[in-house]
Formats: sequence, C-alpha cells, structure tokens
Amino acid sequence: MGDGALLLDVEDLAVEFHVGGRLLGLGGGARRLRAVNGVNLSLRAGECLGLVGESGCGKSTVALAILGLVPRTRGVISIDGMSIGAEASIDRRRLARTVQMVFQDPYASLNPRQTVRRTLADPLRLHGVTNGGEVEDRVADMLARVGLTADHADRYPHEFSGGQRQRIGIARALILRPRLVICDEPVSALDVSIRAQIINLLLELKESLGLSYIMISHDLGVVEHMSDRVAVMYLGKIIETGDWRAIFERPGHPYTRGLIAAIPDAFAPPGIAADKVRGEIPSPFDPPDGCAFHPRCPIATDKCRTMPGPQLRRLADTHDVSCWLAS
Amino acid sequence: MTLLAVEDLRIDLGTGDDRHVAVDKVSFEIARGETFGLVGESGCGKSITALAIMGLLQRPLAIGGGSIRFEGRAIENLSADELRRLRGKRLAMIFQEPMTALNPLLPVGRQIAEMFVLHEGAGWRDAERRAIDVLARVRVPAPERRARDFPHQLSGGMRQRVMIAIALACSPDLLIADEPTTALDVTVQSEIVDLMRELCAANGTAILMISHDLGLVASMCRTVGVMYAGRLVEVRSSTDVFKAPAHPYTCGLIGSLPRLGSRAALGRQRLQEISGVVPSIADFPAGCRFHPRCERMTSVCGVEEPAVTMLGEGGLVRCHHHG
Repeated sequence: MGDGALLLDVEDLAVEFHVGGRLLGLGGGARRLRAVNGVNLSLRAGECLGLVGESGCGKSTVALAILGLVPRTRGVISIDGMSIGAEASIDRRRLARTVQMVFQDPYASLNPRQTVRRTLADPLRLHGVTNGGEVEDRVADMLARVGLTADHADRYPHEFSGGQRQRIGIARALILRPRLVICDEPVSALDVSIRAQIINLLLELKESLGLSYIMISHDLGVVEHMSDRVAVMYLGKIIETGDWRAIFERPGHPYTRGLIAAIPDAFAPPGIAADKVRGEIPSPFDPPDGCAFHPRCPIATDKCRTMPGPQLRRLADTHDVSCWLAS
Repeated sequence: MTLLAVEDLRIDLGTGDDRHVAVDKVSFEIARGETFGLVGESGCGKSITALAIMGLLQRPLAIGGGSIRFEGRAIENLSADELRRLRGKRLAMIFQEPMTALNPLLPVGRQIAEMFVLHEGAGWRDAERRAIDVLARVRVPAPERRARDFPHQLSGGMRQRVMIAIALACSPDLLIADEPTTALDVTVQSEIVDLMRELCAANGTAILMISHDLGLVASMCRTVGVMYAGRLVEVRSSTDVFKAPAHPYTCGLIGSLPRLGSRAALGRQRLQEISGVVPSIADFPAGCRFHPRCERMTSVCGVEEPAVTMLGEGGLVRCHHHG
C-alpha cells in the first residue's frame, strides 16, 4: 500500500476566515481567524491518511479546501494532476468525479424528499450518463456494493436505520467512481454495535475499488485500524505526521502522546497519566507565542515559550515532528 | 452499606392499549462511595432508568413496577416536596449537554450559590463566596472572575466543570452522570472524568455513570451493567467484563470496536460485526431480546426468556448460552 502514484498534493495551504466586522456600523473591524496555516499533505493512490486533532484544529477545513468548498488564502492543491487554482477556474464537475465526501451525520446529509434511486441517479445524469439502462445498472451495482438491495432504491431516507443511511451516504459518494473519498467522522453518529459494519465496509470498498481515503476522526482506535499514514493537527498546523505504526508506537510530539493517553482504557499501562494534556485548545484568534502547544504541554521549556514555533523536522524515515524536544 | 437499590424496575411508555414497556426487570445496587456504570446503545433505557432514580420521569413515561430505594426509602412513595429536598442535596445529576442544562440568563456563580441557599439556608452573599470556592475545586482558572460569567462565555469543558460544581456543591451521596463527556473532545473528557473521580472519592460520593462507551465506563467505574433493549443483560466488575464477557451482546460490543494497539499486535483483523439493528421499543422480540442478532441463538432463545445466572464476584448474566 502507498506505492501508487501521487494522487493528492497539498502545499503550504492556508485558509483564513474573517469573522465579525461591522454589522450595522457597530463593533470593531473583522478579526482574522487562521483556520489552516501552512499545511503540507500528500497522498498516494490506494492510501488511507488519518487526520486527527481536537475540534477547532482545522481538520475539516483542510477537507473543505480540498473539495474546493472554501477559498484558499495561500497554497497549491493538486489532485490527480488537476490543480485547484483560483476559484473561478475550478472545473467543478471534474473535481466531483475525483473527490467525494462521506459526512458524519447520515440523518442530516441525505435529502429527505428524494428516494435513494434519485439520490444516486442524479449525479450520474449530471455527469453525462443519460442512458436509462446504464443509470439503472450502476445504481443497482452500487447498492449491492454497499450491502443494500435493489428494492431499497424506491424508499426514502426515513425508512432506513442509521447504519443503512450511512451506507446510502457511502453509495452516493462512490457513484461517480471518484479516486479520493474524504470521510469526516463517518461512524461517530452511529450506534456502537453498527460502527464495525461501516468500518468493515469502507475497508472492503477501498480494496475492491482501489480508493484512497482521508479519514477524519477523533477516535484514535478507528484511525489506527484504518490508516496507512496519520497526520496530527493542532491550531491549524500539522504537528506530527508519519506511518501509522510510528505515530502509535513511537509518538514524537507530546500532543500526540496526550491524545493517546486521553483514550479511556481500563487496562492503560501505569505511567501513561503523565502524558495527559491539560486545559483546552487556545483561541485561534489569539494563538500563543512560541510553540502553539506550550501552554498545555507537560514538558515545555523556556525555549518552547519564547522561540518562534518549531517547524516539522524529520525524526525518522517518513516520520516528521514539530517539537524542539522530540528525538 | 447499600445506598441505592433498584429492584425489578419497570418503566412504561404510555398507558392502556398504547402501553409499551421501555425498561423491564432491571435490578442493581450501589453501595456508599461505589462507582457503577450503565452501558448501552441509544434507546436501551439507560437514561430513563437514571431519570426514574431522580424521580424525574414525565408522562408518557412512568414507573410501572418494582422499587427504587435510596437509603432504604422508596423514591416512588416520596412526596414532590420530599423529592425536591433530596434532589440536589443527596442526589445530584450531570447531563450530557451543559449548555441546555444551565440557565443562560444567570451568571454561573449564582447558579452554584443557589444550591447553598436552597438546600443549606445560606444567605446569598455567603453562598456566592462559597460558590467561588467550589469553582476553584473543579479547577476553573480565575474563579472570582469566572463566577460572574454567563454560560455562553465558557467553553464546553468549562461549562461541564460548572455542572460538576453545581452537582457536588452540597456533597451529595450519589452523583448520576448521564453521558457527561459525550459532547467534549477526548483530552477534555479525560480531564473531566479524572476530576469527577477525584472529587467523588474525596467526598465519599457514589457515582452512577451512564454512557454508550464501554471503555470509558470501565475505566471510571468498579462495576459495569450492560443494558440491551430495556433489560440489564450483564453486570460485572470492569476488569472481568473485558477479560471474560459472558453475554454475547457484551462480547459483540467489545469485539466490534478497534482497540488501540491491537493492529500493531495482531495485524489488521476484520472487526466483528453485530448483525441487524437495535430493535425499536414497539417490537421488542419475544424470549431473549437479543436473539435475532445473536450468534449463539438456538430454538429456546426465541421462546423462553433467559433467567439470571449468578457469576463470581457479584457478576450476573441473562442468557441461555452464556460463555
């Protein structure tokens, strides 16, 4: 895995939002929020990249930028040889045939007034598959692949359970045969006993259709299970990235160790509590000086508090960390 | 000494022909200072069991049978007034979403102070001073300033700390925490759980924790009860439940979640699936309610309700083919 051709290349991505500002002439000027700041990512065909971090760290904004759904402030994104340049020049149809998304909430992300058939057939027609027989065949084929049957096609979303709805969401994402699928917390809204079904399905489809995934999740167990590589984000930056084994067995950044230590486990080895992270993610409007993580870091030194933030540096083959103290 | 004894509890939804039994044959005990966790999926009845203990069930839900005894007194026989005096002072509850459980129009300090005024007859000035002490105990930084903040000015983690401060203000005997960390990030969850555990241990407060996360409950509580479709199907110590789960549903829950470190140790294994879906309250299956999804199902399971089998160390299981 991971020796395929380069599929996605993100270089120096920055996304800024302007928040607030003059409403009816009241209040001060707009404040600038750096949601994503200098992110580099690459993904090879057939690979699954786990993207983890607390809420507000910018992981979903990275996903939206790759889908061309938020304007970039800076940076270059190229997918499958196509560069997502200025907004006006995005070939949205081609992009939609290359990248698709599976959303967290299968209740909110399906149109309640469309049958499953329409949800799956509309994208095909929009993309030039107009032959009725072919549309029918592809809808039936996709339903079978996600574990539903042909007679499910004429039902509405409310007739399905949560797990089945997520199967429909996956079918919709795959109907145009994209190469990259971004899964944003695909199982966290599902009942615990249903999650395994969806995780197994996603892994099977990845193999049988040769897909690449970006797996966004706060559940490190799921990320370890599914990912080939993992990137950890904190306050809009990637602070550690590497092979899944390196990240989980030899985490180099104290934040990564903190995330792992925070997972409730009745059999946690003693001593892991020392890695725990205190406090909460700081406001992105007012990021701390020095290393952005230092106010919560259990091992921060004076250098971490004063020196401008550490950059990613190579710790081992394919394992990069941005921490002065990592070795 | 037994603090809370729930015996053969039944909770009905609706009345007459529309009556459904939401919770049935649930029995467990919590001793003073003990920690007990109830685990299950949405709709299994864990939250309404907690509400019944608090005397907070509202129509169309009502206690249909059995008893809930708190320090030997039956909750269902208490008057509304007696219940109100018990709630907040001896029995406290923390909810999942602190934003909806806090009053948005009052500073948080005042909401904590209210506990001392209502339950201990303190004056407001004295009560607000004590509220600042309580905020400091739940490790809210700059408690004097934070006491004047309104809920919307606090982060999710800080709001949940305020909820804990309110709940523990009068040093209750039992704290019921219903999914207290589900809305929070894992790092914040871990801090909140540590805080609850520490403060309760220091005060001798017993905890009834409710969650869908078996790992979280097992790391927090000494004993775990697993609920499925309105029934308590297994009660075990938290070490036993992971080492030797007896009920096929418990086994399925444990096998269906990727555990950290298992891929490194064993390679990527296909996750065990529990087939089918959680039954809805209107059509709980006959016999054992788990039988349509169960791998060990035989003909007896669809007909006969399994009896309780006692296991060692206070454990019990409700299954014809427990392993």
